[in-house]
Amino acid sequence: MSAREPILRIENLSVALPAGLDRAYAVQDVSLDVHRRQIVCVVGESGSGKSVTASAVMRLLPEKVLRITGGTIRLEGEDIAAATPARLCELRGNRMAMIFQEPLTALNPVMRIGDQIAEVLRIHRPEMTRERVSERVVELMADVHLPDPSRLARAYPHQLSGGQRQRVMIAMALALEPALIIADEPTTALDVTTQAQILRLFRELLTKHDSGVLMITHDFGVVADVADHVLVMRQGEVVERGAPDRVLNAPEHPYTRALIEAVPRFRYRTEPALDDKPVLAVEELSLTYRTTSFLGSRRETRALDAVSFRLSPGETLGVVGESGSGKTSLAKTLLRFETPDTGHILFKGRDIAGLGGVELRQMRRHIQMVFQDPYKSLNPRRRIGQSLIEGPVEHGTPRAQAIDRAEELMELVGLRRDALDRFPHEFSGGQRQRICIARALAMEPSVIVADEAVSALDVSVQAQVLRLFDDLQKQLGFAMIFVTHDLRVASNICDRIAVMQRGRIVEIGPSRRVFLEPEADYTRELLAAVPGFAREAAAG
Amino acid sequence: MSATERVNTSSRRDHVIDAILANRVALLSGMLLLAIVLSAILATMITGDDAFLIRPRQRLRPPSAEFWFGTDALGRDVFALVLHGGRISLLVGLLAALAGAAIGTVIGLLTGYLRWLDPVVMRIMDGIMAIPGILFAVALVSLVGPSLITIVAAITFAEIPRVTRLVRSVVLTVREEAYVRAAEGLGIPPLLVLTRHILPSCIAPLIVQTTYMFAAAILSEAVLGFLGVGFPPDLPSWGNVLAEGRAVFQRAPWTIIAPGLFLAVTVMAVNLLGDGLRDRLDPRLSRAAKVSS
Repeated sequence: MSAREPILRIENLSVALPAGLDRAYAVQDVSLDVHRRQIVCVVGESGSGKSVTASAVMRLLPEKVLRITGGTIRLEGEDIAAATPARLCELRGNRMAMIFQEPLTALNPVMRIGDQIAEVLRIHRPEMTRERVSERVVELMADVHLPDPSRLARAYPHQLSGGQRQRVMIAMALALEPALIIADEPTTALDVTTQAQILRLFRELLTKHDSGVLMITHDFGVVADVADHVLVMRQGEVVERGAPDRVLNAPEHPYTRALIEAVPRFRYRTEPALDDKPVLAVEELSLTYRTTSFLGSRRETRALDAVSFRLSPGETLGVVGESGSGKTSLAKTLLRFETPDTGHILFKGRDIAGLGGVELRQMRRHIQMVFQDPYKSLNPRRRIGQSLIEGPVEHGTPRAQAIDRAEELMELVGLRRDALDRFPHEFSGGQRQRICIARALAMEPSVIVADEAVSALDVSVQAQVLRLFDDLQKQLGFAMIFVTHDLRVASNICDRIAVMQRGRIVEIGPSRRVFLEPEADYTRELLAAVPGFAREAAAG
Repeated sequence: MSATERVNTSSRRDHVIDAILANRVALLSGMLLLAIVLSAILATMITGDDAFLIRPRQRLRPPSAEFWFGTDALGRDVFALVLHGGRISLLVGLLAALAGAAIGTVIGLLTGYLRWLDPVVMRIMDGIMAIPGILFAVALVSLVGPSLITIVAAITFAEIPRVTRLVRSVVLTVREEAYVRAAEGLGIPPLLVLTRHILPSCIAPLIVQTTYMFAAAILSEAVLGFLGVGFPPDLPSWGNVLAEGRAVFQRAPWTIIAPGLFLAVTVMAVNLLGDGLRDRLDPRLSRAAKVSS
């Protein structure tokens, strides 16, 4: 096989959907090549068929539901469709490997990391000696820059960070030096700084192992950083392809343009005048998680360390940082799902840090939360209407009045009134998040805490929900604490930004100032890691 | 991501078919169960007053036009015994299953939700589980004397820890769900959070467990009868008819086949009905049909 021949060649691939759906094909007439040392990115929103394409290459489609109806997939010249099950097993791992989005669920929780990597080798390379296998495992772990490989090989998945777990997944994929690596949203579950490292790693390993990568992503920042070639998919069809510079800067297809438009850019709000009377004042808040192990040894984790800030009425304060920085702990503590060790949470001058029982329940209507995952934060067994009026009725609003208000709220968040009679599973992710926002608003709160409220949504939906937050805030005037790991999103919606690291606020100030003239080193690190940030900053 | 979404939507049509099929099976089981219950209630009308007539000259007769299910070692009509036996068996099964489910659910909900209660109650449950159920039942019945209430109580007691553990495990998972958090965040009092948001998730496994308990209770009653501490032989139940038939089953297999068949069919019907009920109670399964239209 010559070096110029592509590793993967997909020609006119079509995958049929079962009859009776909104469209006949999950993937229609898709062609693409992946060459050696090349990263090909397939971009699209949920339902665009990008993951189906990836699964088709691995022959991982549920064949009764999704049938390949046309086209060929050739891996190094070999037709995948014609491969016998035995041959497929050889190909998977040996010649092609897949890396999944969520590295925690893709690893066996009760098996040591080293053993999991070794298993791949033992199955596909039975001739290797035990010593050789363990040597190779350590080599691989060093290749993906895991610290202290020989010690880490004895660790279990839960003892690793998200980024480390993804590195382990990559090490497993690389174990047999496959020609093709398929990566399905490999960095979506990771922090920006970790994401940047993993993307660098992909590039480095590609050169070292002479392989090609087919990367599925929804993030144009990722595309800008690593892609050699981009395909944009929409409803199963490729609408645009080309070099990333061309596609990103001069998109030809209107859909590509719309998608790129929807990506939040750094955009700053005008600085608000700070009110003397904060709606929420947090003083020296500290929270420690204590865990006692089976043998009685205690571990303490400082989740919040003397956190102080003030929130003015109508203001939005962004809380950003990596995972483990304490931003979610802060949200939970403000909602009083956690009780702080020390410090005060003054809501309109009243300390709520130590409230309990009925007093706490009374208080809760004033501070409401919008959760990250709209698929989990609505009770699947209750109608939307029931969920919406539950809180107000509990706090003494007459039922009829609560229902009227719920109908108004539905329209306010852009849904139809009759949505109240339906169940959560009848709505898309974006619609559910609107419902969750309506549920929070039904309580007429003074403060809304949004914990990664748009992180689980597609970019175009994300943009809509952000706009909704903005509009509602102007109309209703609540203050908001917006927790997010996405700095672009934060710059769009927040008046001020608090940067957290290891339970402390390392920097707090107006968004524009924090992002354009960061004072703390950590803020600079965070900004540098945002995919495409340098490019955007240069462009102004 | 997109693949799974496709699959979900695509299987909606299958859901419709499944729902109809499941309901048809459930409907059939319900009718069968109703027939068995009716046959037990109307036993005297169907088989007449001389159901328990001992006919020494007609012992162990095979099934015939006169005795549909043959006769037992005392010459009694097995058909009449089985119909009458259904009264006791169904009643014991029903009462024990319901009582076990109700008590176990309440304890399970509380222990799962209130952390401080958990270690104490669960150790008590472990203690109960350590006592062999039959041994306890024998002790209780010989102490108080056999009656419907003592026998049901004895059987129920042994089942409570199982239900408690089951419900508790569901509560432990569900209480971490974001929607439970959300309800707490709305200021809903704990009791309402429990009944409104957590209890419904326990229903599906509970129904399965309850149907199982129903069957187990009928069998336990049979064992008690066999050990001589259950209902006296002149008050027939499927259990003690089976127990008596055991001695002669090689010569007269119909003495155990008939009550065994009734028992098996009843248990199966209850289980299938339970399955159908469980599916209907989950809006994600039953409502899917309505959405796609």
